[in-house]
Amino acid sequence: MNPLLQATRLSRRFGGVRALADISFGIRVGEIYGLIGPNGAGKTTLFNVLTGLYAADEGEFVFSGKSLTGLTPNQVAAAGIARTFQNIRLFANLSALENVMIGRHVRTRAGVLGAILRDARTLAEERDIEQRAFELLDYVGIRARANEAAGGLPYGDQRRLEIARALATEPRLLALDEPAAGMNPSERFALADLIGEIRRSGVTVLLIEHDVRLVMNICDRVLVLDYGERIAEGTPGEVQGNPRVIEAYLGAPRVA
Amino acid sequence: MNLAGWKRHPAALRAGLVLLAVALVLLPFALTQIGTSWVRIANLAMLYVLLALGLNIVVGFAGLLDLGYVAFYAVGAYAYALLASPHFGLHLPFWIILPIGAALAAMFGILLGAPTLRLRGDYLAIVTLGFGEIVRIALNNLSRPFNLTNGPKGIAGIDPFQLGRVDFSASDSLAGFTISGPMKYYWMLLGVMLLIIVATLRMQNSRIGRAWEAIREDEIAARAMGIDTRNIKLLAFAMGASFGGVAGGMFAAIQGFVSPESFVLVESVMVVAMVVLGGMGNVAGVILGAVLLSFVPEILRWTVEPLQQALFGRSLIEPEVIRMLIFGFALVVIMLYRPAGLLPSAVRKRELAER
Repeated sequence: MNPLLQATRLSRRFGGVRALADISFGIRVGEIYGLIGPNGAGKTTLFNVLTGLYAADEGEFVFSGKSLTGLTPNQVAAAGIARTFQNIRLFANLSALENVMIGRHVRTRAGVLGAILRDARTLAEERDIEQRAFELLDYVGIRARANEAAGGLPYGDQRRLEIARALATEPRLLALDEPAAGMNPSERFALADLIGEIRRSGVTVLLIEHDVRLVMNICDRVLVLDYGERIAEGTPGEVQGNPRVIEAYLGAPRVA
Repeated sequence: MNLAGWKRHPAALRAGLVLLAVALVLLPFALTQIGTSWVRIANLAMLYVLLALGLNIVVGFAGLLDLGYVAFYAVGAYAYALLASPHFGLHLPFWIILPIGAALAAMFGILLGAPTLRLRGDYLAIVTLGFGEIVRIALNNLSRPFNLTNGPKGIAGIDPFQLGRVDFSASDSLAGFTISGPMKYYWMLLGVMLLIIVATLRMQNSRIGRAWEAIREDEIAARAMGIDTRNIKLLAFAMGASFGGVAGGMFAAIQGFVSPESFVLVESVMVVAMVVLGGMGNVAGVILGAVLLSFVPEILRWTVEPLQQALFGRSLIEPEVIRMLIFGFALVVIMLYRPAGLLPSAVRKRELAER
């Protein structure tokens, strides 16, 4: 029961809006942790705070024993949290392979001098990068599209490519922001399989998802937000029966 | 550079490159037959190739619009002028000064890059434009209280390159051939240009080159992938500027004279035009753009006047005016019909096809 990520009283305001209010939670090593809530509940804000895109106004979060509060996104990625984006942000004009190769940046070292001189170490590293990128494309099932422009791939493949690119940074925690958005049911099943596969390979997963069924099926535990506040946490079964969750999603029962 | 088709015929590619190399090495002899000034024009064209390749790193690879690039050219030129002229009585050899000039220009690149890290597009263009002007105006005014740059009068009597007993400003004869000074500079520039082309191509296909591309495509995604965008952008500014510094040093030696007048805004605009016209991000395209925009105006200069004489018996419009007119028109036509440049990079082609 050791937490991989422990967030304590995270808060974030945008002007007068409290997007996050005193959010505390812990993600355990090896679990799939769901983050749900109605539109505007603060899910993506929380995500952006955890990945360094926004700074938290208050509170802190510790990732595998190290405080990451206030770090920049690249430092967070280097520390081992990788993410995908709700509105896919691939390097659209680059090939699928190049996208994943860029994901290797943070785990490789060659600089300008190595690039120009092409010494043995740089060449070996380049070969590694390319090989690993091919493996990851294979892993998410789009190796055949390695040389196509990322922006031209079918929607589902773009989502998969984003996951491959994130995995290329060798994360300990993979944060997926609505990976099933816009997918048809069969694509969703395949995605659920892939997420399960990633977890089995030893990567902890944080999942924001609108599709409640998907979340309930694959998550070990779920955190429910509403108006920036934590309203419930627990296994999918526990959360499903929670009156506050039902209220948040369906509205308050009319007083008779 | 599109080598995909050639990769299947490595022998043909190699033979082609050898032929091209031989032709380029022998070119000055042919140019001398037309007129000695054409070797100088070729040298100037190669200087522009160096500048365009340097700017291409910033604009083409990293996607940061820089309208003050000539500042780094100026830094390199003045570094050479100050360290190899009677102005301070220093006469260091060129192979010491050129690296110093490159390093100094790289420092200026970082100086420009650091405060502009958060800017993109038009806003970045305005700041860089201002930076270019600041450098030029500073050079114009740094004659008092301590005379660093000699102000608008510039610095004269700059040492030519000297390699052993070979003086690049004088003619020699070798096996019956006359080897003029500009010809020596031509071969020197050819060598430097080759080194810079290889360095650029290698950088493009490297971890750093991919990081530049990532920043150009989507900076937020690049940061989320662990790319330290600050350092990688500064690196682009520094590398691009260092090419400009080298070109500036060679320019100072070839001219023997530098003054702030050589580093005006139009020069920056010209280099941007070369990069954009040739094909941003594509090394072969950028070289083509630089060569075309250096040679075509010269060719026009030599043809427009005689043509008017033949047609009207006198010169109606100044050659300079008509040259710019045709030049501007050609740019508009090219941008209309080949918006990604004459030899677009595959990436740019995709980008523009989307619109």
